[in-house]
Amino acid sequence: MTILEQPVSTDAAERVFRRGDDSAVLRISEADAEMVETLDIDPMSDEPMIVNMGPVHPSTHGVLRLVLEMKGEQVLRSKPVIGYLHTGMEKTGEQLSYLQGGTNVTRMDYASPLFNELVFSMATEQLLGIDVPPRAQWIRTMMCELNRISSHMLFQATNGMDVGAVSMMLYGNRLREETLRILEKITGLRMNHNYIRPGGVAVDLPDGWREDVSGLLDMLLPLIDEFDELLTGQPIFRERLQGVGAINVDECLALGVTGPILRGSGYAWDLRRDMPYLNYAELDFDVIVGTYGDCFDRYAVRLNEARESIKIVQQCIEKMPAGDYRLQDKKVTPPPRARIDDSMEALIHHFKIFTEGFKVPEGEVYVAVESPRGELGCYMVSDGGAHPYRMHIRAPSFVNLQTMPHMMQDALVADVVAIISSVDPVLGEVDR
Amino acid sequence: MSDGEEPEAGDTAPAAPAEPARMYDVLVTEAFGQTVLHPSVDQYIDTIAALKADGYVSVIDLCGADYLTNPNRPLPADIAGERFEIVVNLIAHTPPRRIRVRVQVPASEPTVPTLFDLFSGVEAMEREAYDMFGVVFENHPDPTRILMPHDWDGHPLRKDFGVGAVPVQFKGAAAPR
Repeated sequence: MTILEQPVSTDAAERVFRRGDDSAVLRISEADAEMVETLDIDPMSDEPMIVNMGPVHPSTHGVLRLVLEMKGEQVLRSKPVIGYLHTGMEKTGEQLSYLQGGTNVTRMDYASPLFNELVFSMATEQLLGIDVPPRAQWIRTMMCELNRISSHMLFQATNGMDVGAVSMMLYGNRLREETLRILEKITGLRMNHNYIRPGGVAVDLPDGWREDVSGLLDMLLPLIDEFDELLTGQPIFRERLQGVGAINVDECLALGVTGPILRGSGYAWDLRRDMPYLNYAELDFDVIVGTYGDCFDRYAVRLNEARESIKIVQQCIEKMPAGDYRLQDKKVTPPPRARIDDSMEALIHHFKIFTEGFKVPEGEVYVAVESPRGELGCYMVSDGGAHPYRMHIRAPSFVNLQTMPHMMQDALVADVVAIISSVDPVLGEVDR
Repeated sequence: MSDGEEPEAGDTAPAAPAEPARMYDVLVTEAFGQTVLHPSVDQYIDTIAALKADGYVSVIDLCGADYLTNPNRPLPADIAGERFEIVVNLIAHTPPRRIRVRVQVPASEPTVPTLFDLFSGVEAMEREAYDMFGVVFENHPDPTRILMPHDWDGHPLRKDFGVGAVPVQFKGAAAPR
């Protein structure tokens, strides 16, 4: 097995600041990139040629298009072209009330929808100045960590398949589906739950949830350990990932990169530990870091983060308090169904919430959580009405995509696939 | 820019300032416990550079906002609200803290300098802000649209860009009938 040397760069963020032809980013416009296919280039010549990869390519995780400047098998410069899934969700968010907004944002990062709902709800709650009951906080914490497991299992499935470990598609997705089964039991839906809402969560945990979740964790741990045998120690798998797509801490910080990519390059920064929200300050878990910032480190960080999430969920089961699962403020959360029949006020509140929504005081706020992909933020401006005046989601994948050209410089086409996979972008969130 | 007037960057404005608090010669306010700076377009790049020198390691987020239909939003007394705002969120890791920079950008001249040379990660975010609001980032290395098609007309997140006003047609599809 090859022993990797520490990348020789301490202050080497310089390459991400380059503007000219020596930059790893191929800064040609979308239109020019389309034109190159009509250019009269002799494919047998030694000239660098421009290849459009995607947007419909099985390894691009959706509709990512890469414009690659190639010399033979080697990538010289590249540029991710995005927007194929852009549906104007930030604009839509301005049309929807705060209660409806959750259904909108949950469709952004469809591999970890609960985080989108969480950050949206937290921003709304800050503007409203309300505190969520402790049980709701613990439910949110537990659900998010379950969602993190399912998201990282999806990564294991796609990453394995992209580098040729095709059986991972089944192994990873099996664990993801088992996790989604629990999420479905609790929220009613496999994905796009709209479960975390301003003021708490939509419904309380169902009967028997402790057994279900504990059973899931007991099943997950040995199966995740199987991955170590299937992948971690496998020479072929390691050869595909080790030393490929390395990026250092300075470059990550200059590019605004967060999440497993930043931690993979050896920098311990995790909002759950460093700027705690929900109940993370009371929980015991480790922040996983890599060393070299290559594809293998990013794989290992995600694998071990799933293990840490299992630890967190276990603690959530133990610590789950009794109490309300949502705020009993009838201006914000709808009254219980049973109350509507015998209380006029309850009927009015219910009607008001679902027709015009609740009004949120004027102000602007930025809230961030640690999603499986990095810092997921929500910048929300209210003008005092029932709809956000401006709702911007800081999508981690959108920012993390910018690392691709730098990781890909001088890599081979086969490495390009491994690098896309190791960035783990969700195009729904990139394009919004 | 005057460095070192208030070296503690984590300082926040007092709750009811008799005299407005300043940091780097820029007005400071507080919103829900978060520090907000209000530089002018001219002070913008110096402010961000000073923040970078003060340990703010990353621009986490940069986005635009259009206040066409909300011109009377609450702002510090000395700040005249313009139609557009560029909102920059920065983060420092030791100790962990955040700061937000809100720049007023007039509709008559929607131009601000790019932050690319300070934080190269703003490249995509500034392209998005240009795409969505039409704010031009001077000296940006790749001043193109990012989410909308390159031949798109208008800037969709502007408040005068109506929802559903433009019939969407897939590129290359035959015209209806």
